[in-house]
Amino acid sequence: MASLELSDIRKSYGATAVLDGVSLTMEAREFIAFLGPSGSGKSTLLRIIAGLETLDGGEVRLDGRRIDQVPPGDRGVAMVFQHYALYPHMSVRENMAFGLRNVGVPRDEIERRVADAARVLEIEVHLDKKPGQMSGGQRQRVAIGRAIVKHPKLFLLDEPLSNLDAALRMRTRIELAQIRSRVDAAFIMVTHDQAEAMTLADRIVVMNDRKIQQVGPPMEIYSRPANTFVARFVGSPAMTLAPVELVPDDGLYARVRLGDGAEIETRVPRSELPAGGTLQIGLRPESVAVAANGAATTQAKVELVERLGERTLVYARLSDNRAITAEDEGYSRVNVGDTVGLRIDGAAAHLFDAEERGYHAEARPE
Amino acid sequence: MRGGADRRDWSGLLFVLPFLTAYLIILIYPLLSGMALSFQRVDLFGGGRFVGFDNYARLFADETFVRSVLNTFALALMIVPLLTVIALSLALALNRATRGAAVFRGVFFSSSVLSVTIVTLIWRFVLAPDAGLLGETAQAIGAEPIPFLSHPTWSLWALAITTIWWSVGLPMMLFLAGLQQIPGDVYEAAALDRASRWTTFWRVTLPALRRTLVLVVMLQTAAQLQIFGQAQLLTGGGPGGSTRTMVLFIFESAFARWELGYATAAAEILFLLIVLITLTQYVTTMRASEGEDGR
Ligand SMILES: Nc1ncnc2c1ncn2[C@@H]1O[C@H](COP(=O)(O)OP(=O)(O)OP(=O)(O)O)[C@@H](O)[C@H]1O
Ligand SMILES: [Mg+2]
Repeated sequence: MASLELSDIRKSYGATAVLDGVSLTMEAREFIAFLGPSGSGKSTLLRIIAGLETLDGGEVRLDGRRIDQVPPGDRGVAMVFQHYALYPHMSVRENMAFGLRNVGVPRDEIERRVADAARVLEIEVHLDKKPGQMSGGQRQRVAIGRAIVKHPKLFLLDEPLSNLDAALRMRTRIELAQIRSRVDAAFIMVTHDQAEAMTLADRIVVMNDRKIQQVGPPMEIYSRPANTFVARFVGSPAMTLAPVELVPDDGLYARVRLGDGAEIETRVPRSELPAGGTLQIGLRPESVAVAANGAATTQAKVELVERLGERTLVYARLSDNRAITAEDEGYSRVNVGDTVGLRIDGAAAHLFDAEERGYHAEARPE
Repeated sequence: MRGGADRRDWSGLLFVLPFLTAYLIILIYPLLSGMALSFQRVDLFGGGRFVGFDNYARLFADETFVRSVLNTFALALMIVPLLTVIALSLALALNRATRGAAVFRGVFFSSSVLSVTIVTLIWRFVLAPDAGLLGETAQAIGAEPIPFLSHPTWSLWALAITTIWWSVGLPMMLFLAGLQQIPGDVYEAAALDRASRWTTFWRVTLPALRRTLVLVVMLQTAAQLQIFGQAQLLTGGGPGGSTRTMVLFIFESAFARWELGYATAAAEILFLLIVLITLTQYVTTMRASEGEDGR
């Protein structure tokens, strides 16, 4: 059964529209990540689900019950705030028990739930401390604990890891995944961080410009971006986009010509493409390899070399001055200023039409 | 090396010297000379004569003085709690970003700007039983007007009300400043925790305002123990000495009967009382509030 259903959510602050017709259906126990640039309305959408923000239009349903007019505390959701929002004058134990006490959960039940959560989160020794006496990471756990004890149907996490340092972030990410597998609830996490979204989420919701741009499992978002925004936003370094011309022939797949004359045989079915209009090609760095002249599709002049250890990123310019990002092995001998051959893997290329819609290679037979 | 350190110490002192000088001249010197004066019998003509604790002994035997101490305490007890609660309620009601709230903040603060003369004048018009606002209203509905300025207990209340009206602005502003420090997301967390407004107030807002509350109570206690202008202008200490406050007593002793040593001794007692009371308040309320910073 669907857990959360959003239909046609609209929201504006004064004259600025922030969300414009957002719809989404979540499966039971699903983990969804909202990914998008700053100001794209991720927090706003999360807060609408939590009831901390009113909506101008649309419906929110949780487990079939309409909740958009229900007060926040009665919705069956729990939220973990970006800045924790712990009660500074209560001990950790009281912080976690507060919500339960307010709804009259029996005392021994409260104690049992708090003890359980504290054990899972390894904060048992801190139960009698005040938040001010704890580190950021510990406070984050308390905030998560405060959500867990409520046994909500849906967890809402607003950038839960963004205040932690890199090492703690990794650890908490793994712990979140473990907690997730233990509790019977759905999760929504807002994040800026693709790696977080890719590793934790069952599906990613990419948001931009007041709308959901694409919803799908992480690998689908990565390998079949719905439009140029998703293509460039997901993946690091960003996908190279360059205008191309369709080479007229009667092959099954589209054959395109780059600005410098090089031709690429894609695996995008020619029949799917719109007739006429301009086209752009999308190439991930890993599908553009530095190659010996014989095997090269085209030539480019190297502008910047980034050695990452296991691989090397080569930022170069084609002869028509278009930027292109390529990949080479870890011990690359490419230097800035060199002209190198690039072998473009046409089977991994994406095409985008004048409306920026994406077309991809036919799904590979498994 | 040592010489260098010493020089640095002295140059540091140099920076605070201007303040220190002013502090010594206008605060410490009068304090000490006041103490000295309180052990002397002084009148306007001729110098003082050392009399030891004579002034103090006389004060404790002086019924008028003891009465003024009790009056002062009664007033402080009437004013401080009420004033604190009213200022806090106003701050809670006006802690929002609307234009109306801004106007009302200004209105409630504006009374603090008035001088005590104007304040008592205004309240005389309100409280006077024959021609005042309350008196007229009482007569209009056929009730007996309350003798606010001629009955011993009521005239204390008249002073208290006037003082509260006059001084509510500053504590309200202090509470508002305290409220602004509380981050909004804690309230959102409380909403998600199904806390009622009442629970939110007691468990979230009030603990966060603890320091402000202590500050307001201490400042107001110190201020109200020195209540003077209202008493002198509104009731003149009457009827029958029922509203004579300590400072009024000091004023009368010094500038009506010219017993400077006697008056100074009373002032020293007031000074000690204020120090003792505010210190006790501070120590008792500040204990057991450690580790509450940060979120
Ligand atoms: N209370 C508000 N009043 C007016 N505009 C607001 C308010 N809250 C948010 N906005 C606007 O709504 C838009 C979306 O904000 P939101 O906080 O949802 O973005 P976000 O995707 O969470 O961004 P970030 O990643 O930076 O947290 C922004 O343009 C912001 O300026
Ligand atoms: Mg946000």
